Amino acid sequence: MTVLDTRARTGAIAAINPVAKLGVSALIAVPLILTLDPVSASVALLLEFVLFLFAGIGWREFWVRTWPVWLAAPLTGLTIALYGETSGVVYVDWFVLRISEGSLALALATMLRVLAIALPSVVLFITVDPTDLADGLGQVLRLPARFVLGALAGLRMVGLFLDDWRALELARRARGVADRGRIRRFLGMAFALLVLSIRRGAKLATAMEARGFGAPGRRTWARESRFGVAEWMLLAVGAAISGIAIAAAVATGAWNFILGPSA
Amino acid sequence: MAADGVVPAAVEARGWGWRHASRLAWALRDVSFRIEPGERVLVLGASGAGKSTLLHGLAGVLGGEEEGESTGDLLVDGAPAVATRGRAGLVLQDPDSQVILARAGDDVAFGCENLGVPRAEIWPRVESALEAVGLDVPLDHPTKALSGGQKQRLALAGMLAMRPGLVLLDEPTANLDPAGVIEVRDAVERMLQARPATLIVVEHRLEVWLPLITRVIVVGAGGVIADGAPAEVLGAQGARLAADGVWVPGHAPATPPPPRSAPGDALLSARGLAVARVKGRPVATGIDLDVRAGQVLAITGPNGAGKSTLGLTLAGLLPPACGALTASARLADGADASPIRWASKDLLTRIGMVFQEPEHQLLAKTVRDELAVGPRALGMTEEEIAVRSDELLARLRLDHLAAANPYTLSGGEKRRLTVAAAIATRPRVLVLDEPTFGQDARTWAELVAMLAALRDEGSAIVTITHDIDVARALRAERFELGGAA
Repeated sequence: MTVLDTRARTGAIAAINPVAKLGVSALIAVPLILTLDPVSASVALLLEFVLFLFAGIGWREFWVRTWPVWLAAPLTGLTIALYGETSGVVYVDWFVLRISEGSLALALATMLRVLAIALPSVVLFITVDPTDLADGLGQVLRLPARFVLGALAGLRMVGLFLDDWRALELARRARGVADRGRIRRFLGMAFALLVLSIRRGAKLATAMEARGFGAPGRRTWARESRFGVAEWMLLAVGAAISGIAIAAAVATGAWNFILGPSA
Repeated sequence: MAADGVVPAAVEARGWGWRHASRLAWALRDVSFRIEPGERVLVLGASGAGKSTLLHGLAGVLGGEEEGESTGDLLVDGAPAVATRGRAGLVLQDPDSQVILARAGDDVAFGCENLGVPRAEIWPRVESALEAVGLDVPLDHPTKALSGGQKQRLALAGMLAMRPGLVLLDEPTANLDPAGVIEVRDAVERMLQARPATLIVVEHRLEVWLPLITRVIVVGAGGVIADGAPAEVLGAQGARLAADGVWVPGHAPATPPPPRSAPGDALLSARGLAVARVKGRPVATGIDLDVRAGQVLAITGPNGAGKSTLGLTLAGLLPPACGALTASARLADGADASPIRWASKDLLTRIGMVFQEPEHQLLAKTVRDELAVGPRALGMTEEEIAVRSDELLARLRLDHLAAANPYTLSGGEKRRLTVAAAIATRPRVLVLDEPTFGQDARTWAELVAMLAALRDEGSAIVTITHDIDVARALRAERFELGGAA
């Protein structure tokens, strides 16, 4: 289970508090969501690649983890190119398809935007350990411990669900009902998995309560979640990336605020 | 090491009872006893006598009024058990559902955090708890990589780090292999030496715990049935407890007679077989074995040796990773020689499989329909199905439950039902994964008798088991699957 990996990572960014990684993803994403132009996204993307060098992952792993993003971005672009708002010269006009100068520009802007927003989130979160994230959410952001730790413990059960699903599949073959009725069988298995997970959840809740979870009184944290210079620096880097991207877009006149009047 | 000021707790029940909100009957009623600090008590009773409920009550985790109704008092150090959380620590039966966090050290620290222990004090407690249970792994060791016995010792350490005055163990070894059972028992012993505490343990297999305990309390329908020194209680109540399903030394369950005839031909043959649940990751290799008609083959070996994966492969559910699994012409009966190529329906009359977790294979809304699933898939008429189901219901003492929902049955009943459902289509080979795991002595004896009968009717039986007694009682051919060698 990849989400549950706990191996230690090296690299300048790997050791940084997950809350800062969450913050920097937001800092980069929010300005890029507010505008639709190719310049801001390209500049942000270029700067992000410098950031990725310090993320503590190799190129091989980079491609393995990010390929869905590289696949999704051009597909989004293609859709916009075919069906996006028409303006300027029309190149193709066939039935509902209309590829124009305007829709192509929009497509390029959208594709770059998807990459610029999704890549840093994926790359930064490869090095996030769920336990450290929970510590950060509880101690730095002061979210309720009950909620944060409940979610963390629940996450650990994902691996068990996968095993259950495989066993349910094999059991259906053994019972002689796996030859047809695929959809009905799927629904039956989904229900069985639900029952199994409720039972597991109830057992886990009892085990947690038996260890004093939810007991009255203030909870302490065994691991300190630090938010220091390195974390603020990462946030500053994120702010700089969006700042430079916005400045470049405004300077070249490409800035296109999606909520404002169109240029 | 009483320097931290933890003293063993006193426990008292005064006419205590509990009824789960979803049930009509009381799980326990009129239970009264007093346990002095430092006593080590074994609680016995039939399956469903409410032993777990009692421990959950003492741990204060039964829940409030929406969970159920209670009468009388349950006191720890003179205060209601619900109000003294942290004073009692509870370890449960299922190793997998007790691991809370991903790293071993964090998991042990979890209880201390919840009790508000200062950070500087938590880590020394974690270290000493891990040492006390003899779990020698680094603090950042992934908990999912631990064996069943290690997971139970981790749970013990997590409880111990909370420094409880009352240690509650709810069948802590029921799901473990023989090595794991000893591991955990020894850890408890060492733990009690390092930190004296009052101990209350619930367990079916009592010979493991007898050397450790000083008192036995038997609970049942009328509250406390017997209470006293182990030798005294077992002397007076041994036969009755054994009949209720408790494993009492000197009262071993009845075993069936040896097979009536010599084993027949091989129905399934494995040659150079490697088995894998996930493609490309074989868990056991180089397996040569024959499954013969009229014989029981017991597959034994330590946890993680790949026994279940081998069972699933023999049952025609997983493709061999390497080597060959061949069905004899008699078993294949016109189908391909390789069971994994058979249609799901073709398996029904050839190889049946009983999974370790009954919930994985339950399909119907009533016990009667559950038995009809296979016969229906074979296209049998409703009259034939009714005849066959009635016969099985009677044979496995499930007739009074014919209309019940399979999910609501007890563990022993569920096990009998899944075996019945697998043999409803009369497969020539029956594969069972740990059929006697966690079962009481009564269900154990019933299952063994049933498997012996099937064997004598000419079926081939493959049973994966930790339980050497099962293999012995069935005069089984043994196949030992080694570790990851």
